[in-house]
Amino acid sequence: MFIVLTSLAVAGVVLLFTLMYLLSQRRKVVKRDKSRDAVSMLAVMGSGGHTREMLSLVNSLGAHYSPRYFVIAETDKMSEHKIKETETSNSEIIYIPRSREVKQSYLTSILSTMRAVVFSVPVVFHLKPDVILTNGPGTCIPVCFAGLMLRITGLHHTTVVYVESFCRVESLSLSGKLLYYLIDDFFVQWPQLKEKYPRAKYIGRLF
Amino acid sequence: MQTLFKLGFTHVTLQTGRGQVKPPDHPGGEGCPSLTCFGLKNSILEDIQAADLVISHAGAGSILDALGCGKKVLVVVNEELMGNHQTELAEALAKEGYLHFCGVSSLLLSLQTMHFSNLTPFPPGEPEKFAAHLDQVLGFS
Repeated sequence: MFIVLTSLAVAGVVLLFTLMYLLSQRRKVVKRDKSRDAVSMLAVMGSGGHTREMLSLVNSLGAHYSPRYFVIAETDKMSEHKIKETETSNSEIIYIPRSREVKQSYLTSILSTMRAVVFSVPVVFHLKPDVILTNGPGTCIPVCFAGLMLRITGLHHTTVVYVESFCRVESLSLSGKLLYYLIDDFFVQWPQLKEKYPRAKYIGRLF
Repeated sequence: MQTLFKLGFTHVTLQTGRGQVKPPDHPGGEGCPSLTCFGLKNSILEDIQAADLVISHAGAGSILDALGCGKKVLVVVNEELMGNHQTELAEALAKEGYLHFCGVSSLLLSLQTMHFSNLTPFPPGEPEKFAAHLDQVLGFS
């Protein structure tokens, strides 16, 4: 129990400093290396509706988004099937542990999220994607966090893009609330959300 | 089922998901439409396309699939979740006139009284706008 509490405290302090740093650095945008004509993309898939939305976004992108990595929770067979239906030779599926199962208790959620963080950070640091796309499943938190860490440490300029799910009409999801202040390209699907969250962008319905 | 038959429906395809109740397939007749039933499939798009009316739960994926296929949609929400964000989408889309929604207990009455001919066609989403924006952010355009 002591170890758990200590690691939680350490994680909390690291997170706090990261947040402070990100908030101070938010407006400094480093542009992509123009000599390259393709960008690597990592899409975080959720289950069901989330996956459907994400695939329609990914499929709208040009061929210069290559390679394409799809991160899915290891237990999510449905998403795996849907990705395989549309995937091309330059795409790859990466499995990570689930942060949280539906109806999982709060305390065990913290532990399983930490497990997912421990697993996600090396994956993201290894792939160094130019763009991370997500629409808010629980799995996205550790992955986005790892992407932001890449940027902070100066190892890679990763752009994290968040598109809130179409099912959020009046309020942001938990993932959205956590990432709202950290991400510049934060999209919502309903104009009433844009009114409540002015930093968000609304450019019409995307799905 | 009898209400559906009176409304002119001759066949019902039922997805029970992970539910415990799985009624047996029925050939129909005697004032009832025929019935086929399944649990889970990787994709129910074909079933949606074959239907004239889709009665759906409030899940965003199912709603978007049905509206995307240009179907008349009746979303049945769990009344215990009313006002919860899970019913938010169905309520917002009903307000815009894209679909009808009702609670579990009022399903029968809704089927008998609702007019599906006055629903507004659902325009497709525009993911290409997102692609254009992202290209701009990354310096491609």
